[in-house]
Amino acid sequence: MGSKQPDRRAFLKRGAALAGGLSLGAVEPAIGQTPASGQSVEGQSQEAQDYSSDELIAYGQRSHHVTSVREPVNGRPSPDEFGLVFHVGTPLGDQMGAITPSALHYVGTTRGSFVPDIDPAEHRLMIHGLVDRELIFTMDELKRFPSVTRLHFIECAGNRTSSRHRTIVDSHGMTSCAEWTGVLLRTLLEEAGVQDEGTWIVAEGVEEVKGASSLPMAKAMDDILVAYAMNGEPIRPQQGFPLRIVVPGFEGILSVKWLRRIKVVDRFYMTYNDYGHLRQDSDDAALSYQIGPKSVITFPSGGQELTGTGFYEVRGLAWSGGGVVSRVEVSTDGGESWMDADIRGTPQRMAHTAFSFNWTWDGSEAVLMSRCTDEIGQVQPSREQVAEFWGRSGVKGQDNSIQPWRIERDGSVHNAIT
Amino acid sequence: MRSLKLLPFLIFLGAGSALAQSPTFGLGRTPNDEEIRAWDISISPTGEELPPGRGTAAEGRRLYLQKRCARCHGVDATEGRAPRLVKRERGPDADPWSLGRILPIRSPYATAVWDYINRGMPLGEEGTLTADEVYAITAYLLSINGVIPEDAVMDAQSLPMVEMPNRDNWAPLPDWKPGMPRLAGYPY
Repeated sequence: MGSKQPDRRAFLKRGAALAGGLSLGAVEPAIGQTPASGQSVEGQSQEAQDYSSDELIAYGQRSHHVTSVREPVNGRPSPDEFGLVFHVGTPLGDQMGAITPSALHYVGTTRGSFVPDIDPAEHRLMIHGLVDRELIFTMDELKRFPSVTRLHFIECAGNRTSSRHRTIVDSHGMTSCAEWTGVLLRTLLEEAGVQDEGTWIVAEGVEEVKGASSLPMAKAMDDILVAYAMNGEPIRPQQGFPLRIVVPGFEGILSVKWLRRIKVVDRFYMTYNDYGHLRQDSDDAALSYQIGPKSVITFPSGGQELTGTGFYEVRGLAWSGGGVVSRVEVSTDGGESWMDADIRGTPQRMAHTAFSFNWTWDGSEAVLMSRCTDEIGQVQPSREQVAEFWGRSGVKGQDNSIQPWRIERDGSVHNAIT
Repeated sequence: MRSLKLLPFLIFLGAGSALAQSPTFGLGRTPNDEEIRAWDISISPTGEELPPGRGTAAEGRRLYLQKRCARCHGVDATEGRAPRLVKRERGPDADPWSLGRILPIRSPYATAVWDYINRGMPLGEEGTLTADEVYAITAYLLSINGVIPEDAVMDAQSLPMVEMPNRDNWAPLPDWKPGMPRLAGYPY
C-alpha cells in the first residue's frame, strides 16, 4: 500500500554491472587526510564544476573533490545479484563531528530488501491489536502531534570488529548518528489506549518483505520515536522514508523502516527479524539487545596515513545504549596508560559523542585505543577483558570491545587486532 | 452554593479513570475491519491469526518447483544463490543450534516459517501465495528437515502444535526496564 516497486530489470542490470566490472576495491573511498586530487569515484568528473547553476543553487551538493562513500560490508555486495540492499557501511574515518550526513548513514535491511519508493500522501500508519481504539494516521496527521527532536545513533548488531578487517568501514561502519524528529510512540499508544494485556508491540514496514520486529512495551512507552525527519529534512528513502521508528540504544534491526503498522500484542511474536537475532544462551541474548558502551578512534584509523611526525588531533566517536557517555579515555601506548579525551559538545543519550585528544607523534610505532564509560557505569572492555570474564575467547553478544590501531614508522595505520 | 462549587471537582474525580483513557489529540480515524484484515499479517506463536487452509509436503514440493523457489534455493533446497533450507547433517544427537541458521529447523515455532513465507516469498512476488500454498510449502520445508512426517497435514490447528526441536531451547530476551545495564553483574 503506497509502496511502488522499482524497476526490477534496471536493478538486475545494475547487479550484473557490479558483479562484472566494479570490484569492491574500485569503489573504495579516499581515506585518510590526504587531499583527494587524483582520486575519484567512478563517474565523478575531475573537471571544474559550476556550483552556481540554477540546479545546484536550488539544491546543493558536496564538492566533487570530496569522494567519501559508503561501502558494502562483510563481502556481500549491495545491491546484490537480486538487486537487494543489505548492509552498507558508513565511512566513519572521514566523518567530522557526531552527526553522520544523511547520504552516508549506514543502511541495513531485513534479509536484504529493495528500497521502496513511497508516496507520502498515500502512506498510512495503523495502530491496532490490544488497544481501546484502533487508529490510522496520514503523514499530515502524524506531523500535527507534539514532536520531539533528538540525536540518536543506530547500530547494527552485526557491527563486529575482527582481525580480518582493514578499515573502520568494515570494523565499525554499521553505526551512524542523526538528528531525528517525530512523535514519541508513547504519545500515539496513549491516543489508542493500550489494554492491560498489551505487553509487546510488533512494528512492521511496508517494503516488499514487510520487515517486522517485536519490542517490549516498557521500551515503547519510554523513548521510541516515530520519526519522519532526519537531519532537518524528510527521512531519506534508504533510511525509511516517509516514516520509521528509532529505538534508542537497541540493536538496529529493531528500528523498523518504512513503518506502516504497529500491533499491540501480549507476547514476543517471534517475527523473522526476532528469529534471526535469537540466542541460545541468555547472557548472549541480553548482551545482544541493548548496545554496550563503545568507542572508536576514527582518525587515525586503519588504511589512513600520517603524513609526518608532529602534532595530530586524534578524533573519535563514543556511544552507549545505556545512556549518556560520561567519559572517554585514549591510550597511545597500546593500553599501558590512559588519558582523558576531550568530549566535544554536550553528550546526548544514546547518541554518538565526538571526542578528541591532542597528540604529538614522534615517529615511533604506536598503538592507539579509546574506551568510554556511560552514565550507568558500564565501561568499554578490551577483547582480553571480555575473554577473561567469560573464560573463553571471543566477544559475547554485541561487540563493544576496544579497537586498537597500530601506527607504523612509515605513518601507515593498521588494525592491531591479532 | 458550596455543593455547586464542588460539583466540577466531584465530576472530575468520578470520571478520572475514563479521562486518562480518552484520546488527547483526537487525530487519526478508526480503520474499518477490512483495512485491518488486509494489513494484519502477523502470526503469533499461538497461531491465533492463521487463516483457514491446508497443505501437505507433497503439494509443497510441487509448489516449490512451480513457484520458482528452486530457482534461487536449489532443487533440493541445499544449494543455490539464496540461503540453504535444509539442516546440516550433524548426527542424531546434535544440538539443533548446530544444524545451521535455517528457519524451518532453528525457529522455535513453525508459525514463524508460515509467517515468513507468507510475507516475504517468493522474491519479487511477495504476498501472492494463497493460504493453502503457504501451508503446503511450510509442510514441505518442515518435512525435508525431519520435523514432521511426510504425510502430515498442516493447517491452522496443526501448525502451532508442531514440536520444533528448539521449542524450549532458546533464550528469552531480558525483562528490559529504562536505565538498566545490559546484563546485571556484567561490568561492560
